Amino acid sequence: MQTKRTIFSQRVLPYFLLLPQLTITAVFFLWPAGQAAWQSFLREDAFGLKTTFVGLANYQRIFGDPSYLNSLGVTAVFSVSVTVVSIGVALILALAVDRMVRTAQVYTTFLVWPYAVAPAVAGVMWWFIFNPTIGILPYLLRGLGYDWNHSLNKTDAMILVVLAASWKQISYNFLFFVAGLQAIPSSLKEAAAIDGAGPLKRFWTIVFPLLSPTTFFLLVVNIVYALFDTFPVIHATTSGGPSQATNILVFKVYNDGFIGQNFGSSSAQSVVLMIVVIALTMVQFRWIERKVQY
Amino acid sequence: MKTVNRVGLAALSLMLSTSVAFAQTEVTWWHAMGGELGKKLEEIVEKYNASQTTYHVTPTYKGSYAETMTAAIAAFRAKEQPDIVQVFEVGTGTMMAAKGAIYPVYQLMKDTGTAFDPKGFLPAVVGYYTDTDGNMLSMPFNSSTPILYYNKDVFKKAGLDPEMAPKTWEDVEAYSQKIMESGAAKCGFTTGWISWVQLENFSAWHNLPIGTNENGFGSIDSKLTVNGPVQEKHWANLKKWQDSGLFSYGGPGGGNDAPPKFYSQECAMYMNSSASRAGVIANAKDFEVGYGMLPYYGDVAGAPQNSIIGGATLWVLQGHEADEYKGVADFFHYLSSPEVQADWHQFSGYLPITQAAYDLGKEQGYYAKNPGSDVAIMQINLNPPTPNSKGLRFGNYVQIRDVIDEEFQNLLNGSKTAKQALDSVVERGNALIQDFVANNG
Repeated sequence: MQTKRTIFSQRVLPYFLLLPQLTITAVFFLWPAGQAAWQSFLREDAFGLKTTFVGLANYQRIFGDPSYLNSLGVTAVFSVSVTVVSIGVALILALAVDRMVRTAQVYTTFLVWPYAVAPAVAGVMWWFIFNPTIGILPYLLRGLGYDWNHSLNKTDAMILVVLAASWKQISYNFLFFVAGLQAIPSSLKEAAAIDGAGPLKRFWTIVFPLLSPTTFFLLVVNIVYALFDTFPVIHATTSGGPSQATNILVFKVYNDGFIGQNFGSSSAQSVVLMIVVIALTMVQFRWIERKVQY
Repeated sequence: MKTVNRVGLAALSLMLSTSVAFAQTEVTWWHAMGGELGKKLEEIVEKYNASQTTYHVTPTYKGSYAETMTAAIAAFRAKEQPDIVQVFEVGTGTMMAAKGAIYPVYQLMKDTGTAFDPKGFLPAVVGYYTDTDGNMLSMPFNSSTPILYYNKDVFKKAGLDPEMAPKTWEDVEAYSQKIMESGAAKCGFTTGWISWVQLENFSAWHNLPIGTNENGFGSIDSKLTVNGPVQEKHWANLKKWQDSGLFSYGGPGGGNDAPPKFYSQECAMYMNSSASRAGVIANAKDFEVGYGMLPYYGDVAGAPQNSIIGGATLWVLQGHEADEYKGVADFFHYLSSPEVQADWHQFSGYLPITQAAYDLGKEQGYYAKNPGSDVAIMQINLNPPTPNSKGLRFGNYVQIRDVIDEEFQNLLNGSKTAKQALDSVVERGNALIQDFVANNG
């Protein structure tokens, strides 16, 4: 493996160049994260008039709380579904576009478009489409004999948030896959074709392995997206309901902290969430990256 | 870091206070009234500002009730709180417990020597915001109570008397069946606010306790008791009616999907806040609207009792100059004057806060000209409030409302029976109350 190395003649300069980024990280990440960690050991009333140090009591409570355990399960289902759907659909679309000769550019532009839509706007749009009372889709589904009601049916609600959260992420993934596919030398595919390998065989033995760095990168990005950035989608569509069926961890942190004013529990939850994400990313880099061929 | 903040803020506030000292004393008011109500509120404030030169009130819209309350609490923690904040009724428990953060209204009026007669307020309204010693803690501003709206045209089509609102739940069921069988409408009734209308008010209306210690008025360490047989029967009925299409669920919280069902004439009856009246009139273009009191079960002794209120009051926050508090007291005096109150009440459908405002409306002939506008007042004054129907006061009640919604959804989607759903409302609600006790006790 090659490594690139630049040697600075001065000792101070590299640190100076890093300073802006380090400052941003410290102010916008380390400081608030540290505050959350500290707050998670405290018990406090809403106005901050009385503060007691309670050690790990907040953590003990959340892990004994059925609604938190439910939220963990919901988050697992949600983030895996969003990742699979958005990567899968994006890959299929990218492969389709890759085969096109003349119109690939046009399709690429259209497919990337949804990424420019703000998550909250996307959420409201899906809310309208799926609204049991005024939405177009439940109306059509009723015609087919299915009574769509995501305000009561937990499965319907999960399908709704997964679709809404995946929709715009598909554009993002698509863009990377298109770029990845273009980087695969066509000579490899052609050689395999001459050797008599069919399209499926070529995909699984040549294209997919060569795409693995892209896929791996997207896997990490998408899981982080599903865990954190989907907040506006949930907020605009189901608000975690019905009966907490779509109450993912990040939404619960918001709900308990900002609406419920229970800062101790909310901080403990956000610390756990942070640990989960760090752990997941580490696992991905340690175990999955080994299988990636660069 | 904190000290730096404090010094900076002190300097800033000094700068601000000296700059306005030459002119007027600035009073800030954070509120949650958007749309038409917000415009009306600003109009009221403008009239106050024009009426005198000593004080200047600045209203700021802060979003929903929950957002406004959260913003004020966050601001208090950062020592940048407004003088006045509008807090919804379920936040009362939280505000009351924050003894060092709030400036009780009775105390404010006494300290500033402002004329103030707590007895002039409607007891059903003010009782909700009074401590056990009878002291008024916050200033009632917009209070409402749920009533029943019905579609007179659909009633006529179904062969019912359009001038007769259903009185009991038995009536609601029989009327709905008739309406559906005759094809006059697809569904019998819908409702906003499952928690507020179909559980809290339902209990008070039947004179049943919502919780121990006089619904939490006596102590923050209280327990919910809404899993009684009458509530269970009602929720079981709602489930049965939802399944047969007689009732149509309008969603959690305020029930966003409920009003369109009534406006589009899909459902013939609709229960929601009296403050929805303006919206109902504006949207019911193709039919005539009738008004009635909430239904009750005919076989429950003591029903109907009186309904309880919702809406919001104005809380004064600690940490400002004495001058500003004088301005706040003066502004409150203006706000509770009969003219301002009657105007606000008649515009919005909120209850008149004082007896004088109600009497003024009667004198003006407002209720005779606007049938249905006094149903809410008659309903809260139907009987003198009992310990079960004064209101409710529990900590963490904002979250308990969510729990009620979740369990109601569990009931409707068949994962729980009425008994199981209400038992878990009580169990989960009590855990939240205990959390609050631990944080505030």
